Parts: sequence; C-alpha cells; structure tokens
Amino acid sequence: MWMWVVHRATGVAIFFFLLVHVLDTSLVRVSPEAYNEVIGAYKTPIYGLIEAGLVAAIVLHAFNGLRIIAVDRWTWALRRQRMLVWIVWGIFAVLMAGFLPRHLMHVFGGA
Amino acid sequence: MTATAEKTEEVGAVESFTVTLKILRHDPDGLDGREPGAEYWEEFQVEAHATDRVLDALHAIKWEQDGTLAFRRSCAHGVCGSDAMRINARNRLACKTLLKDLNPARPITVEPIKGLPVEKDLIVDMEPFFASYRDIMPFLMPSGPTPERERLQSPEDRERFDDTTKCILCAACTTSCPVFWTDGQYFGPQAIVGAHRFIFDSRDDGEWDRLEILNDQAGVWKCRTAFNCTEACPRGIEVTKAISEVKRALTSGEV
Ligand code: HEM
Ligand code: SF4
Ligand code: FES
Repeated sequence: MWMWVVHRATGVAIFFFLLVHVLDTSLVRVSPEAYNEVIGAYKTPIYGLIEAGLVAAIVLHAFNGLRIIAVDRWTWALRRQRMLVWIVWGIFAVLMAGFLPRHLMHVFGGA
Repeated sequence: MTATAEKTEEVGAVESFTVTLKILRHDPDGLDGREPGAEYWEEFQVEAHATDRVLDALHAIKWEQDGTLAFRRSCAHGVCGSDAMRINARNRLACKTLLKDLNPARPITVEPIKGLPVEKDLIVDMEPFFASYRDIMPFLMPSGPTPERERLQSPEDRERFDDTTKCILCAACTTSCPVFWTDGQYFGPQAIVGAHRFIFDSRDDGEWDRLEILNDQAGVWKCRTAFNCTEACPRGIEVTKAISEVKRALTSGEV
C-alpha cells in the first residue's frame, strides 16, 4: 500500500509543478519583466532544494510506474512485486546519489 | 505416584501468559451515560495459553468479563468467514490468529474491519459487501440445453479458477483496500474474486455479462494494485492476480 501512496503523492506533486511551470512560462507573453523576476527566484537555494525534490519525485514515480506496468502485464512480476519495490528504491538511491552532489554543488557552490 | 503426577503436568504443560486486548468499541445505544453511537477503546486482561487464538480471548472476555462485547463468529475454524477483524492493524480471522504469534507482551489491538458501517463493537453491516457480490451474478450461467449428466471439465480447465473457489466471503480483502475505504462505490476485491471464479470456468457462458459489469466505473479499473487484499486474504488467495487476470481479459477481449 505504501508504494501506492508514494506513487499518488509523487504524481500529484509532479502535476502541480507542471501547472506552476506552465503558468510561469506563459508569463513571458504577459510581461517579460515579471517573467525574469519569477525565473530569477528559481536560482535561489530554496528553489534549488525544491528542484532536488522534484527530480526525486520524478525518478521515483517513473521507476515505480514501470513496476506497476510490469505487475499489470506479467504474472511473474506480480508474484515478485515486493522484490521489485526494493529494486525501485535501489535504482532511486543510485540515481539520486549520482545527481544530488552535483546539483547541490551547483546550487550552493555558486558555480 | 508423585513422579507420575509431575510427569503428566510436564507433558501437558502449555505455556500460559497474560495478554491485554485493546478493543475499539462502538455503543449504538449509549449505555452507562455514553452518547449513542460513541466509540471508545477498552482494555481487557485475559489469561491465555500458547494454543489460544484471538477468538478464544474474545470469548473469555465476553463470557467472564463483559457480556456486552459484540462480535460475530460461527465455525471457529476458518471456514465460515464470520470473524474477520482488524487485529494489530491487519485484517485477519480471529479464529485463525494465535495470540502467541502477535507479540503478546504488548497490547493487541482489535478493531472492526474498515469501510463498512459499524453496528456494534466488532460487528459491521456486511450488506454493501454482499450487494457487490450479488451484482456480479455468482451463479452458473450456462447456455444450451441442460445435459443429462454432469457438465464435464478437464483438470486443466478446473485449474484456471481453482484459486478463487477458496473464497469464504469474509471481507478481509475488500475492507483492507485503500480504494474501498475512500470510495464505497468500488465493488472491491472480493466481488472480482467471485466473478473470476465463474469467468474462467469453462462450463459457464456468462463471462461477458460479468466482464461488462466489472468494466463499469466502479469495477476493476479502480484497482491501484496496492496488494493489501492479497496480504489480507486468510485463504491465501492471490487476489491481485485474479483482478489482474480480469483486467487482461477486458483489454485483450479473450477469456
Ligand atoms: C516518467 C514517466 C511516467 C511513468 C512511467 C508514469 C507511470 C504511471 C503509471 C503506470 C500510473 C498508473 C498507476 C496505477 O495504476 O496505480 C501513473 C499514475 C499517475 N501519474 Fe504517472 N507516470 C509518469 C509521469 C507522470 C507525470 C509527468 C505526471 C504529472 C503530470 C504523472 C502523474 C500521475 C498521477 C497524478 C497519477 C495517478 C496516481 C494514482 O492514481 O494514484 N505521471 N503514472
Ligand atoms: S478473497 Fe480471501 S479475503 Fe477476500 S473475501 Fe474471499 S476469503 Fe476473504
Ligand atoms: S468463525 Fe468461521 S471463519 Fe472464523
């Protein structure tokens, strides 16, 4: 059940991010100055952390989504879904371990 | 003589211990100054043996401590499906759950199964659950003339729905489903298990009537593969697998 909660939570989070992103991008047409101001705010560390969370949500949602597809499709995967959950978290951990240091150096290192 | 007596005691000795049961009670009448419909937790201490099940502890409470405690049970041997309840946050049959397997050192919580209206203490109104079962038409729907003798079936054909014949309609699966908790319209896993038993039966010809019903808004597509039902089923039925097979029959058009 917890993976279902995770999947819904990350799915809804990604959706709201996309919504905000569509809104801020469309600001360009309304007022380029306002657009620059809003986009400029994304360069601050707080948004850097939110970005990290977004990437985490997408990675988790995407790989868990593949697990759900596999479970729907093959009885083999259905019977081993618990193991697949650990594999999803494993892939998530590896990808985030690769991404987070780089991203956080970028955010806080000023590079 | 003493030696024999001691020996018998040793052989017959079943480990005994005190357990605390923490029961979520529901009082529809409002006795003892409670509001009608009040819900409250009550703890009971019971002397139990290693061979006792949660049902034995409930009996001990009802018979020796508080006769107002209400719960359903009939067979006491895991066959009738009357006593599904939420024990230590998992749906189980009280008559199939040994106290010693539940860490008796800590209070054992007992609640009614979730998602169905509570009538009193551990008794819920099962009618919405049975209504969904009736909706999927759980009876043989053959076409053609009635044969003179039995309707024969190969062992391979029987094997296809063997798992779902084991269902005892206890509702442990349906009331463990997070989709059912929030959306009472959903037929729930049990109705799909019940339908599966006929859909994949070679002697039955009503499969598309049932599949059409399950293709409905409140049908199989509500399932989010949370696997709670499979984990809850006291009969070990692979509930999610049965649901998955029904989904595949609907997408492929083949039974
Ligand atoms: C990266 C590729 C993606 C994959 C492989 C994927 C996969 C899936 C799958 C298989 C489901 C069905 C879950 C189920 O049946 O229980 C689902 C649900 C969902 N997805 Fe995605 N998805 C992806 C991207 C996205 C994106 C970009 C968004 C946001 C706009 C999103 C939002 C959602 C939402 C809100 C749900 C519903 C969750 C639920 O019903 O519990 N997904 N996704
Ligand atoms: S499928 Fe299992 S849990 Fe569900 S009603 Fe039948 S026996 Fe009970
Ligand atoms: S009392 Fe019959 S199943 Fe438990």
